[in-house]
Amino acid sequence: MAILETHNMAVGFGQGSKRTVLLRNLNLRLEQGHMVALLGRNGAGKSTLLKALTCDTMPVEGSVVIDGKPSTQINKRALSRLVALVATERIMGGAFTIRELVALGRQPHTGFLGRLSHHDNEVVDSCLEAVGITDKAEQHVANLSDGERQKAMVAKALAQETPIILLDEPTAFLDVASRIETMKLLHKLAREQNKAVLLSSHDISQSLLLADELWVITNNRDVITGTTEQVVMSGAMDKVFSNSTIMFNGNLCDYEAQLPATNAVKVKCSDPILKRCMVNAFLRNGIAIDENVDTAIEIKDVNHIILPNGEIAASVRDVANSLAII
Amino acid sequence: MTKGSHRFAVVTVFLVVAVVVLMAACLIFGSVDIDTATVFNILMGNDSDNEAWNIIVRQSRLPMIITAILAGAALSVSGLLLQTTFNNPLAGPSILGVSTGAGLGVAIVMLALGGTIGGVFGESLGSYMATLLGALVGAGVVLVILITFASIVKSSTMLLIIGILVSYLASSVISLLNSVASEQGLHSYVAWGFGNFAGVSLEQLPVFGTIIVLALVASLLMIKPLNAMLLGTRYAQNLGVNTHRTRNILLLITGVLTAVVTAFCGPIGFVGLVVPHIARLSLNTSEHGRLLPVTMLTGAAVALLCSLLSVSSRHGIIPINAITPIIGVPIILYIIINRRRINYFN
Repeated sequence: MAILETHNMAVGFGQGSKRTVLLRNLNLRLEQGHMVALLGRNGAGKSTLLKALTCDTMPVEGSVVIDGKPSTQINKRALSRLVALVATERIMGGAFTIRELVALGRQPHTGFLGRLSHHDNEVVDSCLEAVGITDKAEQHVANLSDGERQKAMVAKALAQETPIILLDEPTAFLDVASRIETMKLLHKLAREQNKAVLLSSHDISQSLLLADELWVITNNRDVITGTTEQVVMSGAMDKVFSNSTIMFNGNLCDYEAQLPATNAVKVKCSDPILKRCMVNAFLRNGIAIDENVDTAIEIKDVNHIILPNGEIAASVRDVANSLAII
Repeated sequence: MTKGSHRFAVVTVFLVVAVVVLMAACLIFGSVDIDTATVFNILMGNDSDNEAWNIIVRQSRLPMIITAILAGAALSVSGLLLQTTFNNPLAGPSILGVSTGAGLGVAIVMLALGGTIGGVFGESLGSYMATLLGALVGAGVVLVILITFASIVKSSTMLLIIGILVSYLASSVISLLNSVASEQGLHSYVAWGFGNFAGVSLEQLPVFGTIIVLALVASLLMIKPLNAMLLGTRYAQNLGVNTHRTRNILLLITGVLTAVVTAFCGPIGFVGLVVPHIARLSLNTSEHGRLLPVTMLTGAAVALLCSLLSVSSRHGIIPINAITPIIGVPIILYIIINRRRINYFN
């Protein structure tokens, strides 16, 4: 059984005549042990959907069922033991130590005064360990890098000991190294601690690599779900953006710009990385790549490009100029 | 023992010593010179031959000290709760207009009673309860206005400006009321407006003390949700906190603390804004379990210091509100200038 399900759910915002419904007929299933990436353009409804799943807002229609119970029948405290959240909001407690911040994740389990038991402290220690910031435990949140801060928030979510962790763009402000590290960590936690992890992201290539499943919000507000390979092969990735100047490239596992071209050539090159670099250079210089045209260019090196007439060009700019004359 | 709890112990001991020393100083120093030994003799219950001295020590200095301790702690806790509730480190009961609202309530009651009452509070219990009620209603109205605007304007700077505007509005209504008040009423209102810890008599002290102690205890019971609120509403909700109810409870405590102090001691500025910062800076933490008791102690110490300074002049009493900005403004400026280096801001 899925730990979290939605039944014919519609989500949106506003009330009455000003109500905007973003997504409808959602029958989503989130399983423990899996990491799911929620992808979609800005404004597609990722955050709105997450808010409905964390029960911050009520769905416009339908219901959310968590651990077999409709969310409307789960009280706040019980909910805080089922769903942990990592949001994008900056927090004000800059002078909390990391340990204190992670310990706040124990609040659903502690008593009225929030006193930590021996067991609570052990959980906090193991959560710090799990995300790899034990050595920073006594440092203040304000002194952390963005990546470390995000890890601390993940540790806080772990300390809640919930079967479900929802993350709203956990990698948004991170550099590529921290992005990969955070995604790897979440994937590991899903596997090793049997968590159901759902994260929204704009990081397509990392999501396609590390997510077990994708929920893709398309341009016409459908949500296409399935294993990552199913969703990619279904062509859903082509339907995310309405913009015709952006195309999904399956080889790259990412989107790339479609650039206007005045010429087309076919390229011969023995080194695949060199070929990829040179194809990019051709594309941004207005030369499209088409294996069906007669104009053939052979690349020996970045500064050694053999033109169709046998001449050697020293740069892609030169290639573009001579093709324009021909 | 962690570094944090060690620091908490050191700061607490220092503050307790400071409060005791300041209490002693406030008992010994005053507009009338009484030697130290006599003061302590009188306190121990041994009457001095000078009947006036007995009255000064027991019925003037002693209630003033207790009032200062309670009022200082109350205003400071009120400021801390407002800062956490509104997610705004520059919030405080006076800057958000809560004190002025309470002041307006007091002014209305004083006018309604014809300004005939002697001093701020009449001798009768009725007029004194009416004044207290006026302050509570005034503070409550301002808090409701603030809550309403807080849900409309998301920016905390805007909320501060709204608080200042509300404060101006209340002040202007107070001025209008004063223009029709009797001379005696106006005089007592102006005297009240200076701020004064000496306005609570020994007879009134139990009521004043009980309300404030109860509200302070209530604030101590809110430590767990207060810490969660620092992470913002969304995280707090996710940790199982009923944020709506928590905010209302916190504002109720704030309103009671501010209103009671304002009714008895006048609208005292800066203490509520500044003391939570002194507490955070000295402890270097955001954690309310340590912050709240240290805020209370610091508030008590600051109020005693103000009280001591107010009687330090040979030419009469200096109003408390003439002293608090001198202590408060430099600290606020220091905080604003150094906010990038202060951890609790980031």
